[in-house]
Amino acid sequence: MDFISILSIFVMACFVGYYVVWSVTPALHTPLMAVTNAISSVIIVGALIAAAADGSTTAKWLGLIAVALASVNIFGGFAVTARMLAMYKKKER
Amino acid sequence: MEHVAPPAWVMLAYLISGVFFISALRGLSSPATSQRGNRFGMAGMLIAVVTTLVTHEVASLPEILGAIAIGGGIGWVTARKIAMTDMPQLVAAFHSLVGMAAVLVAAAAFLNPVAFGIVGADGLINPVSRVEMGLGIAIGAITFSGSVIAFLKLAGKMSGAPILLPLRHVINLTTLAAILGLIGYFTVDQSPWIFWTVTALAFLIGFLLIIPIGGADMPVVVSMLNSYSGWAAAAMGFTLHNTAMIITGALVGSSGAILSYIMCKAMNRSFISVIAGGFGAEAAATGGPAKEQRPWKRGSAEDAAYMMQQAESVIIVPGYGMAVAQAQHILREMADVLKKQGVSVKYAIHPVAGRMPGHMNVLLAEAQVPYDEVFELEDINSEFAQTDVAFIIGANDVVNPAAKTDKTSPIYGMPVFDVDKAKTVFFIKRSMGGVGYAGVDNDVFYMDQTMMLLADAKKMCEDIVKALQH
Repeated sequence: MDFISILSIFVMACFVGYYVVWSVTPALHTPLMAVTNAISSVIIVGALIAAAADGSTTAKWLGLIAVALASVNIFGGFAVTARMLAMYKKKER
Repeated sequence: MEHVAPPAWVMLAYLISGVFFISALRGLSSPATSQRGNRFGMAGMLIAVVTTLVTHEVASLPEILGAIAIGGGIGWVTARKIAMTDMPQLVAAFHSLVGMAAVLVAAAAFLNPVAFGIVGADGLINPVSRVEMGLGIAIGAITFSGSVIAFLKLAGKMSGAPILLPLRHVINLTTLAAILGLIGYFTVDQSPWIFWTVTALAFLIGFLLIIPIGGADMPVVVSMLNSYSGWAAAAMGFTLHNTAMIITGALVGSSGAILSYIMCKAMNRSFISVIAGGFGAEAAATGGPAKEQRPWKRGSAEDAAYMMQQAESVIIVPGYGMAVAQAQHILREMADVLKKQGVSVKYAIHPVAGRMPGHMNVLLAEAQVPYDEVFELEDINSEFAQTDVAFIIGANDVVNPAAKTDKTSPIYGMPVFDVDKAKTVFFIKRSMGGVGYAGVDNDVFYMDQTMMLLADAKKMCEDIVKALQH
Protein backbone atom coordinates (compact mmCIF):
# COMPACT_ATOMS: atom_id res chain seq x y z
CA MET A 1 0.00 0.00 0.00
CA ASP A 2 1.27 3.45 -0.77
CA PHE A 3 1.56 6.13 1.86
CA ILE A 4 -1.48 8.07 0.66
CA SER A 5 -3.89 5.13 0.96
CA ILE A 6 -2.59 4.44 4.46
CA LEU A 7 -2.97 8.08 5.36
CA SER A 8 -6.54 8.05 4.02
CA ILE A 9 -7.42 5.09 6.21
CA PHE A 10 -5.88 6.85 9.18
CA VAL A 11 -7.74 10.12 8.63
CA MET A 12 -11.06 8.33 8.11
CA ALA A 13 -10.48 6.26 11.23
CA CYS A 14 -9.85 9.43 13.23
CA PHE A 15 -13.26 10.72 12.16
CA VAL A 16 -14.92 7.40 12.96
CA GLY A 17 -13.19 7.45 16.34
CA TYR A 18 -14.38 10.99 16.99
CA TYR A 19 -18.05 10.17 16.40
CA VAL A 20 -18.00 6.76 18.06
CA VAL A 21 -16.34 8.05 21.21
CA TRP A 22 -18.75 10.98 21.58
CA SER A 23 -21.56 8.44 21.57
CA VAL A 24 -20.07 6.62 24.56
CA THR A 25 -22.11 7.31 27.68
CA PRO A 26 -20.05 9.15 30.34
CA ALA A 27 -20.94 6.48 32.89
CA LEU A 28 -18.78 4.08 30.88
CA HIS A 29 -15.72 6.29 30.51
CA THR A 30 -13.60 4.13 32.79
CA PRO A 31 -14.42 0.92 30.88
CA LEU A 32 -13.78 2.93 27.70
CA MET A 33 -10.25 3.64 28.86
CA ALA A 34 -9.71 0.03 29.85
CA VAL A 35 -10.94 -1.32 26.53
CA THR A 36 -9.04 1.22 24.42
CA ASN A 37 -6.02 0.17 26.40
CA ALA A 38 -6.63 -3.44 25.47
CA ILE A 39 -7.19 -2.75 21.79
CA SER A 40 -4.21 -0.43 21.45
CA SER A 41 -2.19 -3.51 22.30
CA VAL A 42 -2.87 -4.55 18.71
CA ILE A 43 0.73 -3.34 18.52
CA ILE A 44 1.37 -7.00 19.36
CA VAL A 45 1.17 -7.51 15.59
CA GLY A 46 4.46 -5.66 15.23
CA ALA A 47 5.90 -7.48 18.21
CA LEU A 48 4.99 -10.85 16.69
CA ILE A 49 6.66 -9.95 13.40
CA ALA A 50 9.84 -8.99 15.26
CA ALA A 51 9.73 -12.07 17.44
CA ALA A 52 9.02 -14.43 14.54
CA ALA A 53 11.74 -13.21 12.22
CA ASP A 54 15.24 -14.54 11.79
CA GLY A 55 18.06 -12.12 11.24
CA SER A 56 18.71 -10.23 14.44
CA THR A 57 18.76 -11.96 17.81
CA THR A 58 18.42 -8.67 19.66
CA ALA A 59 15.39 -7.71 17.58
CA LYS A 60 13.87 -11.12 18.24
CA TRP A 61 14.22 -10.76 21.99
CA LEU A 62 12.92 -7.21 21.94
CA GLY A 63 9.97 -8.58 20.00
CA LEU A 64 9.37 -11.36 22.52
CA ILE A 65 9.41 -8.93 25.44
CA ALA A 66 7.00 -6.69 23.54
CA VAL A 67 4.74 -9.70 22.93
CA ALA A 68 4.71 -10.41 26.67
CA LEU A 69 3.99 -6.76 27.58
CA ALA A 70 1.23 -6.46 25.01
CA SER A 71 -0.26 -9.75 26.23
CA VAL A 72 -0.46 -8.41 29.80
CA ASN A 73 -2.48 -5.57 28.37
CA ILE A 74 -4.67 -7.62 26.09
CA PHE A 75 -5.69 -10.21 28.65
CA GLY A 76 -5.69 -7.76 31.55
CA GLY A 77 -7.50 -5.02 29.63
CA PHE A 78 -10.31 -7.16 28.26
CA ALA A 79 -10.72 -9.06 31.55
CA VAL A 80 -10.91 -5.95 33.67
CA THR A 81 -13.33 -4.33 31.20
CA ALA A 82 -15.54 -7.41 31.31
CA ARG A 83 -15.42 -7.36 35.10
CA MET A 84 -16.44 -3.71 35.24
CA LEU A 85 -19.18 -3.99 32.64
CA ALA A 86 -20.73 -6.96 34.45
CA MET A 87 -21.30 -4.67 37.44
CA TYR A 88 -23.49 -2.16 35.61
CA LYS A 89 -27.04 -3.23 36.40
CA LYS A 90 -30.41 -1.65 35.79
CA LYS A 91 -32.90 -1.10 38.57
CA GLU A 92 -34.80 -4.26 39.42
CA ARG A 93 -38.43 -3.61 38.81
CA MET B 1 14.07 -5.42 -1.22
CA GLU B 2 10.82 -3.70 -2.12
CA HIS B 3 7.87 -3.93 0.15
CA VAL B 4 5.72 -6.79 -1.15
CA ALA B 5 2.02 -6.29 -0.68
CA PRO B 6 0.49 -9.15 1.29
CA PRO B 7 -2.31 -11.20 -0.30
CA ALA B 8 -5.76 -9.60 -0.42
CA TRP B 9 -7.26 -11.89 2.21
CA VAL B 10 -4.66 -10.76 4.74
CA MET B 11 -5.48 -7.11 4.18
CA LEU B 12 -9.13 -8.01 4.50
CA ALA B 13 -8.55 -9.85 7.78
CA TYR B 14 -6.82 -6.83 9.31
CA LEU B 15 -9.62 -4.59 8.03
CA ILE B 16 -12.22 -6.84 9.67
CA SER B 17 -10.22 -6.74 12.86
CA GLY B 18 -10.31 -2.94 12.71
CA VAL B 19 -14.08 -2.98 12.16
CA PHE B 20 -14.48 -5.21 15.21
CA PHE B 21 -12.54 -2.66 17.25
CA ILE B 22 -14.85 0.12 16.07
CA SER B 23 -17.84 -2.02 17.09
CA ALA B 24 -16.23 -2.59 20.48
CA LEU B 25 -16.27 1.13 21.19
CA ARG B 26 -19.71 1.54 19.64
CA GLY B 27 -21.04 -1.02 22.13
CA LEU B 28 -20.10 1.27 24.99
CA SER B 29 -22.82 3.75 24.01
CA SER B 30 -25.05 1.99 26.54
CA PRO B 31 -24.42 -0.41 29.42
CA ALA B 32 -26.90 -2.81 27.82
CA THR B 33 -24.75 -3.39 24.72
CA SER B 34 -21.37 -2.88 26.35
CA GLN B 35 -20.53 -6.48 27.16
CA ARG B 36 -21.15 -7.50 23.59
CA GLY B 37 -18.87 -4.65 22.56
CA ASN B 38 -16.09 -5.99 24.73
CA ARG B 39 -16.43 -9.40 23.07
CA PHE B 40 -16.15 -7.71 19.66
CA GLY B 41 -12.89 -6.26 20.87
CA MET B 42 -11.58 -9.68 21.84
CA ALA B 43 -12.62 -11.11 18.49
CA GLY B 44 -10.82 -8.31 16.65
CA MET B 45 -7.65 -8.97 18.63
CA LEU B 46 -7.81 -12.71 17.98
CA ILE B 47 -8.18 -12.13 14.24
CA ALA B 48 -5.21 -9.75 14.18
CA VAL B 49 -2.93 -12.09 16.14
CA VAL B 50 -3.84 -15.25 14.25
CA THR B 51 -3.53 -13.50 10.87
CA THR B 52 -0.06 -12.27 11.77
CA LEU B 53 1.09 -15.67 12.95
CA VAL B 54 -0.14 -17.62 9.92
CA THR B 55 1.23 -15.15 7.37
CA HIS B 56 4.78 -15.00 8.70
CA GLU B 57 7.44 -17.63 8.80
CA VAL B 58 7.53 -18.14 12.51
CA ALA B 59 10.99 -19.28 13.57
CA SER B 60 10.26 -19.20 17.26
CA LEU B 61 6.70 -20.31 17.95
CA PRO B 62 7.36 -21.89 21.39
CA GLU B 63 9.02 -18.71 22.64
CA ILE B 64 6.16 -16.58 21.30
CA LEU B 65 3.50 -18.76 22.89
CA GLY B 66 5.51 -18.70 26.11
CA ALA B 67 5.64 -14.88 26.05
CA ILE B 68 1.88 -14.71 25.43
CA ALA B 69 1.21 -17.17 28.25
CA ILE B 70 3.40 -15.35 30.77
CA GLY B 71 2.12 -11.88 29.87
CA GLY B 72 -1.46 -13.05 29.52
CA GLY B 73 -1.32 -14.85 32.86
CA ILE B 74 -0.01 -11.77 34.66
CA GLY B 75 -2.64 -9.57 33.00
CA TRP B 76 -5.47 -11.97 33.73
CA VAL B 77 -4.63 -12.42 37.41
CA THR B 78 -4.13 -8.67 37.90
CA ALA B 79 -7.48 -7.94 36.28
CA ARG B 80 -9.27 -10.44 38.53
CA LYS B 81 -7.67 -9.23 41.74
CA ILE B 82 -7.52 -5.46 41.36
CA ALA B 83 -9.83 -3.43 43.62
CA MET B 84 -12.15 -1.07 41.76
CA THR B 85 -10.80 1.89 43.74
CA ASP B 86 -7.35 1.12 42.28
CA MET B 87 -8.59 1.29 38.70
CA PRO B 88 -6.89 4.63 37.84
CA GLN B 89 -3.42 3.34 38.65
CA LEU B 90 -4.11 0.05 36.89
CA VAL B 91 -5.06 1.91 33.73
CA ALA B 92 -1.92 4.07 34.04
CA ALA B 93 0.20 0.93 34.46
CA PHE B 94 -1.40 -0.63 31.38
CA HIS B 95 -0.71 2.52 29.38
CA SER B 96 2.94 2.30 30.31
CA LEU B 97 3.06 -1.24 28.92
CA VAL B 98 1.60 -0.18 25.56
CA GLY B 99 4.19 2.59 25.45
CA MET B 100 7.04 0.22 26.22
CA ALA B 101 5.76 -2.33 23.69
CA ALA B 102 5.76 0.42 21.03
CA VAL B 103 9.33 1.36 21.95
CA LEU B 104 10.47 -2.25 21.69
CA VAL B 105 8.69 -2.83 18.38
CA ALA B 106 10.17 0.32 16.89
CA ALA B 107 13.63 -0.66 18.15
CA ALA B 108 13.24 -4.14 16.69
CA ALA B 109 12.14 -2.63 13.37
CA PHE B 110 15.25 -0.47 13.37
CA LEU B 111 17.54 -3.41 14.14
CA ASN B 112 15.88 -5.82 11.72
CA PRO B 113 14.22 -3.69 9.04
CA VAL B 114 14.15 -6.52 6.50
CA ALA B 115 11.67 -8.47 8.63
CA PHE B 116 9.33 -5.47 8.57
CA GLY B 117 9.68 -4.95 4.81
CA ILE B 118 10.76 -1.34 5.16
CA VAL B 119 14.08 -1.50 3.33
CA GLY B 120 14.33 0.47 0.10
CA ALA B 121 16.17 -0.46 -3.10
CA ASP B 122 19.32 1.27 -1.83
CA GLY B 123 19.54 -1.12 1.15
CA LEU B 124 18.64 1.63 3.59
CA ILE B 125 15.43 2.03 5.55
CA ASN B 126 12.83 4.02 3.58
CA PRO B 127 12.91 7.68 4.67
CA VAL B 128 9.14 7.69 5.28
CA SER B 129 9.47 4.61 7.46
CA ARG B 130 12.27 6.32 9.40
CA VAL B 131 9.96 9.20 10.29
CA GLU B 132 7.20 6.77 11.24
CA MET B 133 9.40 4.66 13.45
CA GLY B 134 11.03 7.75 14.95
CA LEU B 135 7.60 9.11 15.86
CA GLY B 136 6.53 5.66 17.05
CA ILE B 137 9.46 5.24 19.41
CA ALA B 138 9.22 8.83 20.65
CA ILE B 139 5.49 8.68 21.40
CA GLY B 140 5.91 5.21 22.90
CA ALA B 141 8.70 6.38 25.18
CA ILE B 142 6.73 9.46 26.30
CA THR B 143 3.72 7.24 26.99
CA PHE B 144 5.90 4.88 29.00
CA SER B 145 7.73 7.28 31.28
CA GLY B 146 4.70 9.58 31.63
CA SER B 147 2.47 6.65 32.60
CA VAL B 148 4.99 5.37 35.11
CA ILE B 149 4.96 8.75 36.87
CA ALA B 150 1.16 8.90 36.67
CA PHE B 151 1.01 5.40 38.12
CA LEU B 152 3.34 6.28 41.00
CA LYS B 153 1.31 9.40 41.79
CA LEU B 154 -2.04 7.64 41.59
CA ALA B 155 -0.87 4.67 43.66
CA GLY B 156 0.42 7.07 46.31
CA LYS B 157 3.98 5.81 45.89
CA MET B 158 5.01 9.34 44.98
CA SER B 159 3.59 12.59 46.29
CA GLY B 160 0.63 13.84 44.28
CA ALA B 161 1.89 17.39 44.76
CA PRO B 162 3.27 19.04 41.64
CA ILE B 163 7.06 19.08 41.40
CA LEU B 164 8.09 22.30 39.72
CA LEU B 165 11.52 22.57 38.19
CA PRO B 166 12.86 26.03 37.46
CA LEU B 167 12.79 26.83 33.74
CA ARG B 168 10.70 23.72 33.14
CA HIS B 169 8.89 25.20 30.14
CA VAL B 170 12.19 26.06 28.50
CA ILE B 171 13.61 22.61 29.21
CA ASN B 172 10.48 20.88 27.90
CA LEU B 173 10.22 22.92 24.72
CA THR B 174 13.92 22.52 23.98
CA THR B 175 13.71 18.77 24.47
CA LEU B 176 10.64 18.56 22.27
CA ALA B 177 12.30 20.62 19.55
CA ALA B 178 15.40 18.43 19.75
CA ILE B 179 13.30 15.28 19.32
CA LEU B 180 11.49 16.66 16.27
CA GLY B 181 14.70 18.02 14.79
CA LEU B 182 16.49 14.71 15.19
CA ILE B 183 13.59 12.79 13.64
CA GLY B 184 13.78 15.16 10.69
CA TYR B 185 17.55 14.68 10.39
CA PHE B 186 17.03 10.91 10.67
CA THR B 187 15.49 10.94 7.17
CA VAL B 188 18.85 11.87 5.63
CA ASP B 189 21.13 10.02 8.01
CA GLN B 190 20.04 6.74 9.54
CA SER B 191 22.86 6.53 12.10
CA PRO B 192 21.88 4.57 15.19
CA TRP B 193 22.95 7.38 17.55
CA ILE B 194 20.14 9.58 16.23
CA PHE B 195 17.56 6.91 16.81
CA TRP B 196 18.71 6.15 20.35
CA THR B 197 19.08 9.83 21.26
CA VAL B 198 15.49 10.41 20.18
CA THR B 199 14.48 7.48 22.40
CA ALA B 200 16.39 8.76 25.43
CA LEU B 201 15.06 12.32 25.04
CA ALA B 202 11.52 11.02 24.68
CA PHE B 203 11.80 9.00 27.90
CA LEU B 204 13.08 12.15 29.58
CA ILE B 205 10.32 14.43 28.34
CA GLY B 206 7.59 11.98 29.34
CA PHE B 207 8.95 12.15 32.85
CA LEU B 208 9.34 15.94 32.81
CA LEU B 209 5.82 16.48 31.43
CA ILE B 210 4.03 14.59 34.19
CA ILE B 211 5.96 15.47 37.37
CA PRO B 212 4.60 19.05 37.55
CA ILE B 213 0.99 17.89 37.33
CA GLY B 214 -0.97 17.59 40.57
CA GLY B 215 -3.26 14.81 41.82
CA ALA B 216 -6.64 16.23 40.86
CA ASP B 217 -5.49 16.91 37.30
CA MET B 218 -4.86 13.20 36.91
CA PRO B 219 -8.10 12.57 34.99
CA VAL B 220 -6.70 14.75 32.21
CA VAL B 221 -3.27 13.12 32.36
CA VAL B 222 -4.60 9.59 32.29
CA SER B 223 -6.81 10.47 29.31
CA MET B 224 -3.91 12.17 27.56
CA LEU B 225 -1.63 9.17 28.01
CA ASN B 226 -4.46 6.99 26.75
CA SER B 227 -4.47 9.13 23.63
CA TYR B 228 -0.67 8.88 23.25
CA SER B 229 -0.73 5.09 23.50
CA GLY B 230 -3.11 5.16 20.54
CA TRP B 231 -0.94 7.50 18.45
CA ALA B 232 2.08 5.26 19.18
CA ALA B 233 0.18 2.24 17.88
CA ALA B 234 -0.91 4.21 14.81
CA ALA B 235 2.66 5.29 14.04
CA MET B 236 3.80 1.68 14.14
CA GLY B 237 0.81 0.78 11.97
CA PHE B 238 2.15 3.20 9.35
CA THR B 239 5.54 1.52 9.52
CA LEU B 240 4.00 -1.93 9.10
CA HIS B 241 1.33 -0.85 6.60
CA ASN B 242 -1.13 -2.54 8.89
CA THR B 243 -4.78 -1.41 8.71
CA ALA B 244 -5.80 -2.94 12.04
CA MET B 245 -3.08 -1.01 13.86
CA ILE B 246 -3.84 2.24 12.05
CA ILE B 247 -7.59 2.06 12.66
CA THR B 248 -7.10 1.09 16.30
CA GLY B 249 -4.47 3.72 16.86
CA ALA B 250 -6.73 6.41 15.43
CA LEU B 251 -9.68 5.21 17.55
CA VAL B 252 -7.70 5.12 20.76
CA GLY B 253 -5.96 8.38 19.95
CA SER B 254 -9.26 10.20 19.38
CA SER B 255 -10.83 8.54 22.38
CA GLY B 256 -8.14 9.76 24.75
CA ALA B 257 -8.15 13.20 23.17
CA ILE B 258 -11.92 13.55 23.57
CA LEU B 259 -11.78 12.39 27.19
CA SER B 260 -9.03 14.94 27.90
CA TYR B 261 -11.19 17.62 26.31
CA ILE B 262 -14.24 16.62 28.39
CA MET B 263 -12.16 16.65 31.59
CA CYS B 264 -10.62 20.04 30.84
CA LYS B 265 -14.00 21.51 30.04
CA ALA B 266 -15.42 20.16 33.29
CA MET B 267 -12.69 22.02 35.16
CA ASN B 268 -12.93 25.11 32.94
CA ARG B 269 -9.20 24.88 32.31
CA SER B 270 -7.40 24.86 29.03
CA PHE B 271 -5.50 21.77 28.06
CA ILE B 272 -2.32 23.85 27.86
CA SER B 273 -2.68 25.08 31.44
CA VAL B 274 -3.15 21.53 32.71
CA ILE B 275 -0.09 20.35 30.82
CA ALA B 276 1.88 23.37 31.98
CA GLY B 277 1.13 21.98 35.41
CA GLY B 278 1.51 23.23 38.94
CA PHE B 279 -2.17 24.05 39.53
CA GLY B 280 -2.26 23.06 43.21
CA ALA B 281 0.91 24.90 44.12
CA GLU B 282 -0.03 28.15 42.40
CA ALA B 283 -3.52 28.18 43.88
CA ALA B 284 -2.18 27.65 47.38
CA ALA B 285 0.27 30.48 46.92
CA THR B 286 -2.18 33.01 45.49
CA GLY B 287 -5.31 31.86 47.32
CA GLY B 288 -4.04 33.45 50.50
CA PRO B 289 -5.01 32.52 54.03
CA ALA B 290 -8.51 31.22 54.69
CA LYS B 291 -11.06 33.95 55.28
CA GLU B 292 -12.06 34.94 58.78
CA GLN B 293 -13.55 32.28 61.00
CA ARG B 294 -17.16 31.94 60.09
CA PRO B 295 -19.84 30.10 62.07
CA TRP B 296 -20.86 26.68 60.86
CA LYS B 297 -23.15 23.98 62.18
CA ARG B 298 -22.10 20.51 63.12
CA GLY B 299 -24.62 17.74 62.54
CA SER B 300 -24.75 14.18 63.78
CA ALA B 301 -25.58 10.89 62.10
CA GLU B 302 -28.96 11.01 63.87
CA ASP B 303 -29.68 14.47 62.44
CA ALA B 304 -28.86 13.26 58.96
CA ALA B 305 -30.95 10.11 59.37
CA TYR B 306 -33.92 12.07 60.68
CA MET B 307 -33.81 14.74 57.99
CA MET B 308 -33.45 12.26 55.17
CA GLN B 309 -36.31 10.11 56.46
CA GLN B 310 -38.52 13.18 56.44
CA ALA B 311 -37.37 14.14 52.97
CA GLU B 312 -39.12 13.32 49.74
CA SER B 313 -35.96 13.43 47.69
CA VAL B 314 -32.25 13.08 48.36
CA ILE B 315 -29.42 13.69 45.91
CA ILE B 316 -26.07 12.16 46.78
CA VAL B 317 -22.94 13.86 45.43
CA PRO B 318 -19.95 11.52 45.69
CA GLY B 319 -16.33 12.53 45.19
CA TYR B 320 -12.83 11.18 45.51
CA GLY B 321 -13.16 11.09 49.31
CA MET B 322 -15.77 8.36 48.96
CA ALA B 323 -13.29 6.26 47.02
CA VAL B 324 -10.54 6.85 49.58
CA ALA B 325 -12.84 5.84 52.43
CA GLN B 326 -14.22 2.88 50.43
CA ALA B 327 -17.66 4.13 51.44
CA GLN B 328 -19.57 3.17 48.27
CA HIS B 329 -21.06 -0.06 49.65
CA ILE B 330 -22.37 1.39 52.88
CA LEU B 331 -23.60 4.42 50.95
CA ARG B 332 -25.72 2.16 48.76
CA GLU B 333 -27.08 0.43 51.89
CA MET B 334 -28.04 3.82 53.24
CA ALA B 335 -29.81 4.62 49.98
CA ASP B 336 -31.60 1.25 50.05
CA VAL B 337 -32.97 1.90 53.54
CA LEU B 338 -34.14 5.35 52.47
CA LYS B 339 -35.77 4.01 49.33
CA LYS B 340 -37.65 1.41 51.37
CA GLN B 341 -38.98 4.25 53.46
CA GLY B 342 -40.29 5.95 50.34
CA VAL B 343 -37.56 8.53 49.75
CA SER B 344 -36.43 9.17 46.19
CA VAL B 345 -32.64 8.81 45.99
CA LYS B 346 -30.47 9.89 43.08
CA TYR B 347 -26.76 10.17 42.57
CA ALA B 348 -25.10 13.15 40.87
CA ILE B 349 -21.70 12.64 39.28
CA HIS B 350 -19.40 15.45 38.20
CA PRO B 351 -17.22 14.62 35.18
CA VAL B 352 -14.01 15.22 37.14
CA ALA B 353 -15.07 13.48 40.36
CA GLY B 354 -12.41 10.94 41.21
CA ARG B 355 -9.08 10.34 39.56
CA MET B 356 -10.14 9.21 36.10
CA PRO B 357 -13.13 9.71 33.79
CA GLY B 358 -16.08 7.67 35.02
CA HIS B 359 -14.31 6.61 38.23
CA MET B 360 -17.34 7.27 40.47
CA ASN B 361 -19.69 5.44 38.12
CA VAL B 362 -17.59 2.29 38.34
CA LEU B 363 -17.44 2.44 42.12
CA LEU B 364 -21.20 2.90 42.38
CA ALA B 365 -21.73 0.07 39.91
CA GLU B 366 -19.46 -2.08 42.05
CA ALA B 367 -21.64 -1.28 45.03
CA GLN B 368 -24.63 -2.43 42.91
CA VAL B 369 -26.18 0.99 42.51
CA PRO B 370 -28.44 0.69 39.44
CA TYR B 371 -27.03 2.87 36.68
CA ASP B 372 -30.39 4.50 36.02
CA GLU B 373 -30.21 6.16 39.45
CA VAL B 374 -26.91 7.82 38.54
CA PHE B 375 -27.03 11.15 36.69
CA GLU B 376 -24.58 13.43 34.94
CA LEU B 377 -24.07 17.05 35.93
CA GLU B 378 -26.20 18.67 33.23
CA ASP B 379 -29.03 16.15 33.62
CA ILE B 380 -29.56 16.64 37.33
CA ASN B 381 -28.33 20.10 38.21
CA SER B 382 -31.72 21.78 37.81
CA GLU B 383 -33.23 19.35 40.32
CA PHE B 384 -31.33 20.62 43.36
CA ALA B 385 -33.74 23.52 43.73
CA GLN B 386 -36.61 21.08 44.28
CA THR B 387 -34.61 18.69 46.42
CA ASP B 388 -34.96 18.33 50.16
CA VAL B 389 -31.52 17.00 50.95
CA ALA B 390 -28.19 17.22 49.13
CA PHE B 391 -25.81 14.68 50.64
CA ILE B 392 -22.18 15.44 49.79
CA ILE B 393 -19.73 12.66 50.44
CA GLY B 394 -16.07 13.17 49.65
CA ALA B 395 -16.61 15.95 47.10
CA ASN B 396 -15.71 19.60 47.64
CA ASP B 397 -14.61 21.75 44.71
CA VAL B 398 -17.40 20.40 42.48
CA VAL B 399 -20.04 21.88 44.80
CA ASN B 400 -18.28 25.18 45.49
CA PRO B 401 -20.49 28.14 44.52
CA ALA B 402 -17.38 30.33 44.24
CA ALA B 403 -16.97 28.78 40.80
CA LYS B 404 -20.14 30.65 39.79
CA THR B 405 -19.71 33.92 41.67
CA ASP B 406 -16.11 34.67 42.63
CA LYS B 407 -14.08 35.83 39.65
CA THR B 408 -10.86 35.70 41.66
CA SER B 409 -11.31 32.06 42.62
CA PRO B 410 -8.94 29.61 40.94
CA ILE B 411 -11.92 27.42 40.10
CA TYR B 412 -14.04 30.26 38.67
CA GLY B 413 -15.97 29.12 35.63
CA MET B 414 -15.90 25.45 36.44
CA PRO B 415 -19.41 23.97 36.16
CA VAL B 416 -20.54 22.96 39.66
CA PHE B 417 -23.55 21.37 41.32
CA ASP B 418 -26.08 23.88 42.67
CA VAL B 419 -26.22 22.19 46.07
CA ASP B 420 -26.71 25.58 47.68
CA LYS B 421 -30.24 25.55 46.28
CA ALA B 422 -31.25 22.38 48.13
CA LYS B 423 -33.37 22.81 51.27
CA THR B 424 -30.85 21.02 53.48
CA VAL B 425 -27.22 20.12 52.81
CA PHE B 426 -25.25 17.44 54.61
CA PHE B 427 -21.54 17.65 53.99
CA ILE B 428 -19.35 14.75 55.05
CA LYS B 429 -15.80 15.85 55.62
CA ARG B 430 -13.00 14.60 57.81
CA SER B 431 -12.41 17.96 59.51
CA MET B 432 -12.97 21.64 58.94
CA GLY B 433 -9.24 22.12 58.44
CA GLY B 434 -8.68 20.79 54.96
CA VAL B 435 -9.96 22.62 51.95
CA GLY B 436 -10.43 21.01 48.53
CA TYR B 437 -7.71 20.31 46.09
CA ALA B 438 -7.87 23.80 44.69
CA GLY B 439 -7.14 25.22 48.15
CA VAL B 440 -10.23 27.44 48.21
CA ASP B 441 -12.73 27.91 50.99
CA ASN B 442 -16.25 26.67 50.29
CA ASP B 443 -19.26 28.87 51.16
CA VAL B 444 -21.46 25.79 51.36
CA PHE B 445 -19.88 24.97 54.75
CA TYR B 446 -21.27 28.14 56.30
CA MET B 447 -24.79 28.25 54.86
CA ASP B 448 -27.77 28.20 57.21
CA GLN B 449 -29.12 25.01 55.73
CA THR B 450 -25.81 23.16 55.86
CA MET B 451 -24.85 20.65 58.53
CA MET B 452 -21.29 19.44 58.55
CA LEU B 453 -20.84 15.77 59.32
CA LEU B 454 -17.24 15.61 60.45
CA ALA B 455 -16.07 12.01 60.29
CA ASP B 456 -14.65 9.37 58.04
CA ALA B 457 -17.15 8.89 55.20
CA LYS B 458 -17.56 5.17 55.74
CA LYS B 459 -17.98 5.49 59.50
CA MET B 460 -20.52 8.27 59.07
CA CYS B 461 -22.62 6.27 56.60
CA GLU B 462 -22.55 3.28 58.96
CA ASP B 463 -23.82 5.44 61.80
CA ILE B 464 -26.54 6.92 59.59
CA VAL B 465 -27.68 3.45 58.54
CA LYS B 466 -27.87 2.43 62.23
CA ALA B 467 -29.83 5.55 63.07
CA LEU B 468 -32.19 4.98 60.12
CA GLN B 469 -33.01 1.49 61.31
CA HIS B 470 -34.05 2.59 64.78
